[in-house]
Amino acid sequence: MTYFEFLNTYGPQLLDGAVTTALQTLLAAALAIGIAVVMGLMRLSHNRFVYGAATVYIEVFRGTSLLVQIYWIFFVLPLFGLTLEKFTAGYIAVGMNLGAYGAELVRGGILSVPRGQWEAATALSMSPAIRMRRIIFPQALLKMLPPWGNLLIELLKGTALVALISVTDLMFVARKINGTTYLSAQAFGSALIIYYVMSRSVITPFMRWLERVMTRKLGRA
Amino acid sequence: MKEPVQKEYPRQLEGEKVPMVRFRDVTKRYGDLVVLDSLDLDVDEGEMVTIIGPSGSGKTTVLRMLMALEKINSGIIYVDGQPMTHMPKNGALTWADEKYLRRQRTNIGMCFQHFNLFPHMTALENCIEAPIQVLVLNKKAAVERAEGLLDMVGMLEKAGEHPSRLSGGQQQRVAIARALAMRPKVLLFDEVTSALDPEVIGEVTQVIRKLVNKHNLTMLMVTHQMGFAREISDRVCFFYDGKIEEQGPPEEIFGAPQSERTQQFLGAVLEAT
Ligand SMILES: Nc1ncnc2c1ncn2[C@@H]1O[C@H](COP(=O)(O)OP(=O)(O)O)[C@@H](O)[C@H]1O
Ligand SMILES: [Mg+2]
Repeated sequence: MTYFEFLNTYGPQLLDGAVTTALQTLLAAALAIGIAVVMGLMRLSHNRFVYGAATVYIEVFRGTSLLVQIYWIFFVLPLFGLTLEKFTAGYIAVGMNLGAYGAELVRGGILSVPRGQWEAATALSMSPAIRMRRIIFPQALLKMLPPWGNLLIELLKGTALVALISVTDLMFVARKINGTTYLSAQAFGSALIIYYVMSRSVITPFMRWLERVMTRKLGRA
Repeated sequence: MKEPVQKEYPRQLEGEKVPMVRFRDVTKRYGDLVVLDSLDLDVDEGEMVTIIGPSGSGKTTVLRMLMALEKINSGIIYVDGQPMTHMPKNGALTWADEKYLRRQRTNIGMCFQHFNLFPHMTALENCIEAPIQVLVLNKKAAVERAEGLLDMVGMLEKAGEHPSRLSGGQQQRVAIARALAMRPKVLLFDEVTSALDPEVIGEVTQVIRKLVNKHNLTMLMVTHQMGFAREISDRVCFFYDGKIEEQGPPEEIFGAPQSERTQQFLGAVLEAT
């Protein structure tokens, strides 16, 4: 079987898998961003319970393996009465995990805004909420974008693990084809190429574009 | 660490002539380092007081405490007769909370050595942001006010530019307009010309001169420009080691300083320039 014939036969399946991977990535990314902003801000709180809660969250999710977290959310949570569909369990686990890494990027980005900016906003009587939303966060965002690009690529790669709870993503499809045909090189080779294309010709250019837009909007062009 | 209020201070200042700013026994420490040592200082309404002194003598700290960017350890500060560092509660004074401070801060504007304009906003946006967000001015009124002030500092033409496209002198003039847009009663300048190239210092001092002549604004200015201080001040305070070593009209401080430390400082500064 030539690679062309392989693609003819299994291409549609691989494409379906790639779509699922893309969906998992998008949903997990949205969740990760939300969690990262909330946890990142909580880590800057002076209230030690708020700070403590965020610290525990970040420690747990960064200190343990993503695969174990996926299994926990899919297999263990039902024992506590919370049953999730495998698709949902998949992106929630990935999003929660990468959100913990993102929280540190948010925190770092916010702390990297010079003290003079905080003081100028305070001197203008801005409340902490206005100061964060209007002055600090927009500047932090610009500094955060490059590391977020890397994180989103990690996230895309991380979604491959949801295949292990039978979410029919790209990795799942590649494994299935390999299992039935033993065409390992073609199956995993195709998966490799698709993952690479998704990260290098979708995520990376998108983040570059976003950086350019933000830079222009924030007036540092 | 904040200490309990030790003395009975009046809940507000009343009488014939209430100073616009009053420091009473104000002490500020960083760890064991006493930066302001039981400072007393009054500034009258409309007065321009200049603070000079060696580096590390606590000049910036005076302004930062008045702006309530940090808390003092003991003593009290009044602005326009009302306590700034304290607030009335159950008939007594307690340390001010954040909300009270935020309201009191609107009385005071501050200009910084490094301008601290918001880089993601244009000159105009810098000047309307706080009036809209804090004073809840509508956009039209805020823009009108900001344009008037930008015009006053000679920056109306550059209203649409971001700070990165402006020179230091231009940025500092926008920063002055931004502070004035809040209509403060007291305006603070912390070495606003120190970070500027010599050839643009004049455009900023010109704006300050204008403010002195035009407005009934109370001003406290930290500066190393002795000539300008002499020309513009109603009173000059020489700081040394967190205390006012000597103060008086500029002719006296510069013409016939009494304290040996003042003489030494002025001698060294004049020699350097
Ligand atoms: N946040 C801080 N922590 C510790 N020490 C500080 C801090 N801010 C200022 N100081 C110290 O307080 C002293 C007075 O500082 P400052 O008011 O900035 O002096 P000046 O403006 O007269 O040069 C200096 O010795 C300085 O090192
Ligand atoms: Mg200073």
